[in-house]
Amino acid sequence: MTTVLKALNAALHFCLAEDPGVYFLGEDVLDPYGGAFKVSQGLSTAYADRVIATPISEGGIVGLGVGMALRGLRPVVEIMFGDFITLAMDQLINHAAKMRWMSNDRVRVPLVVRTPMGGRRGYGPTHSQTLEKHLLGAPGLRVIAACTLDDPGGLLQKAVLRDDDPVLFIEHKLMYTRGVLALSDLEEWQAERTDGVYPAYRLRIAGAPAPTITVATYGYMAEMAREAALRLAYQHEVFTELVVYTQLSPFEPEPVLESLRRTGRLLALEEGGRTLGWGAEVLAQAVEGDLGGLRAARVAARDMPIPAAAMLEAQVLPQADDILQAALDLARK
Amino acid sequence: MTYSSDPLELYRQMLRIRRFEETVLDNFPRGLFFGTTHTYIGQEADAVGVLSHLQEGDVVVSNHRCHGHFLAYGGSMHALAAELMGRATGVCGGRGGSQHIQWRDFYASGILGGTLPLATGMALAEKARRSGRLVVAFLGDGALGQGAVYESLNMAALWHLPLLLVLENNRYAQSTPITLNLAGDILARFQAFGIPAEERDTTDVLEIREMAQQAFQAVRAGEGPRALVIHTYRFAPHSKGDDTRDPQEIARYRERDPLPLHASRLDPEAVQKVQAEVEHEVAAAFQRAEGDSAANPASLTPPLGAMS
Repeated sequence: MTTVLKALNAALHFCLAEDPGVYFLGEDVLDPYGGAFKVSQGLSTAYADRVIATPISEGGIVGLGVGMALRGLRPVVEIMFGDFITLAMDQLINHAAKMRWMSNDRVRVPLVVRTPMGGRRGYGPTHSQTLEKHLLGAPGLRVIAACTLDDPGGLLQKAVLRDDDPVLFIEHKLMYTRGVLALSDLEEWQAERTDGVYPAYRLRIAGAPAPTITVATYGYMAEMAREAALRLAYQHEVFTELVVYTQLSPFEPEPVLESLRRTGRLLALEEGGRTLGWGAEVLAQAVEGDLGGLRAARVAARDMPIPAAAMLEAQVLPQADDILQAALDLARK
Repeated sequence: MTYSSDPLELYRQMLRIRRFEETVLDNFPRGLFFGTTHTYIGQEADAVGVLSHLQEGDVVVSNHRCHGHFLAYGGSMHALAAELMGRATGVCGGRGGSQHIQWRDFYASGILGGTLPLATGMALAEKARRSGRLVVAFLGDGALGQGAVYESLNMAALWHLPLLLVLENNRYAQSTPITLNLAGDILARFQAFGIPAEERDTTDVLEIREMAQQAFQAVRAGEGPRALVIHTYRFAPHSKGDDTRDPQEIARYRERDPLPLHASRLDPEAVQKVQAEVEHEVAAAFQRAEGDSAANPASLTPPLGAMS
C-alpha cells in the first residue's frame, strides 16, 4: 500500500514529466534533502532546471509563483509549514486570488501552493496550527485538503495540471505516513464519491443500520472520524455517516445537506480553532438549508495557541474521545 | 506596438498623460469617477523616457499611480477614462478602477511593493521560456518600506532575472516626506543585492531615456536585473485633494516641469500642433467614455472558473 507522502511525491513527478510548464519551488526542496517533509524527494534530480530552491521568503515565493503563472507557467510552491502561510496572505488574497477577476477574466493564475498543516507532533504554537480557516471564503482562491481516501495524488495532479485558478492545497503532517485507502479497499465501509473534480466522500459502515448522525469533516480529522465511527457503532450502537470534503472553499453544501436529509443530526469536525471556522460555516449552511429539526454540534480545537508539551497539546486539539462524546450527546438530542 | 524616440513624440506622450490626469482632477467634483485617483502630474518624463525603449511583448508592472505608465505603454486613453467612470468599455470592465489595470502585457495593482514578487516571477517565466522579453517594474519611494521589495531584489539578483526596476522617488509617501520614513540610501538598497543601479535627479525626458538605454541593453543581454532611481516630484496631490505640502516647495519644483523643459527644445509650431491634437484626443476620449454604457451587473461572473 502506498502512503500519502509517496502518492503526493509521485503526482509531482508525474506533473513535471507531463507538462514542461510545471515548476516546483520551495525552501530546502532540493535533493538529497528533498523538502522538510520529503514530499519533493527526487524532483530536483529528475528535473534540475524546473525545481528551484528558494530563499526563506514565503511572501516572495508565493508572489513569484503568481507572476510565473500569469506568464504561462504552472508553478507549484511549497510552504514548509502551514503556519508560515500568514507571510503569504497578501500574495494569496490580493494578488493570486484577484488577478483573474480584476482583469475582467483576461488572465489566469494556475498556481498551486502546497503546505502541511496540523499538530499532534509537539512542534508548539508556531509549527502546529491549522490556519486554512483564515483563507476559506477568499473569493478567487480554491482551498483543497487532501485526505487518505481514494486518490490524494490525483487530487494534487488535477490542481497542478488542470486547474487554471489558484489552489491552496492543504496536507496534514500526520497523514504523510498513512496508507492511501482506495475506496474499493475499504472493506468495512460502504464508500461513494460525489461528482466533481474535487469530490467529497460519503462513508457508512457496511451492513450497519441507517445512520442517524452526519459527520462532516476533512483532512486528517477524517482518520479520527473513521476510528470514532467504528467505536460508536460497535460499542454504542450509534451509527454515523461521514461526509469527507476535499474542496473546503468555495464550500458546496449539497453533500452534507443530502446526508442530513436522512439523518437530521450534524457533527462538524475540524482541527482548526472552533470559533468562526469551517465547521461554523457547515452548521450555518445546514441551518439555512431549512431541513427542519436539525440538531448540530462542532468538535474543533480550543481557541488558544497550541502548546508544545504532549499532555497540554492533547487538551487543545480535538481527540477521538471528544468526537465520541459529542456524537453520543448529539444522538441523545 | 512601436515606441518612438522622436523628441516631438516623447513630448506628445508626456502631454497626453498630463492632460488626461488634469481632466480627471477637473472632473472629479462632477461625480464622474468612482473611488479615487493617484495622478502622475510632474512625473511624466519617467514613464515616457523609460518605456520608449520597450519592445513588443515586454512586460510592464505598475503600481497605484499607473495612469501614466499605462498611457506610455500604449494603453487606450478612452478605455482608461471609461474604467475610471465604471463603464462596460473600461480596460477591465469597471472591475479594477483607477489602480487595477491589466491589458496585454501590462499589470497594475494597488498593493505597494506586493507587485514586486509578481514582477520577479514574470521575469523568471520569461527567462525560462527564453522569450527574450524583459519585465519593467515601477515602484515609488513609499514602496521601499515593504519587505516584499527586498525579498524580490534578492531573488531577481540571485537568479539573474531580466528585470528592470524603475524607482520613482517623488519624495513623499502619500503625505509623509521621505525624510520621515526612509533611512539610508536608495541606490545602496539595490547595490546591496548586487544589482547595478544608477540615479538621476531630473525631469528631463531625454536624460531619462538616455539613462535607461544601457539598463535595457544589459537586462536584455541577460546580465540580470538593473535599477534606475529617478528623483522626481509630483505636482498634484497624492490622490484628489489631500495636499499638505508647502506651496512654495511645489512652486519650486514646478520650475522644472518636464513639459516646458522639453518643449523649449522643440519647434514651437510643431509643439502647438501637438497640443491641439492632444486636446482633441483627450476631449474625445472622455466624451466617448461618458457616453458609454455603465458596467452591467450581469458581468459579475464568479471569480473561479468552472473546471472540466
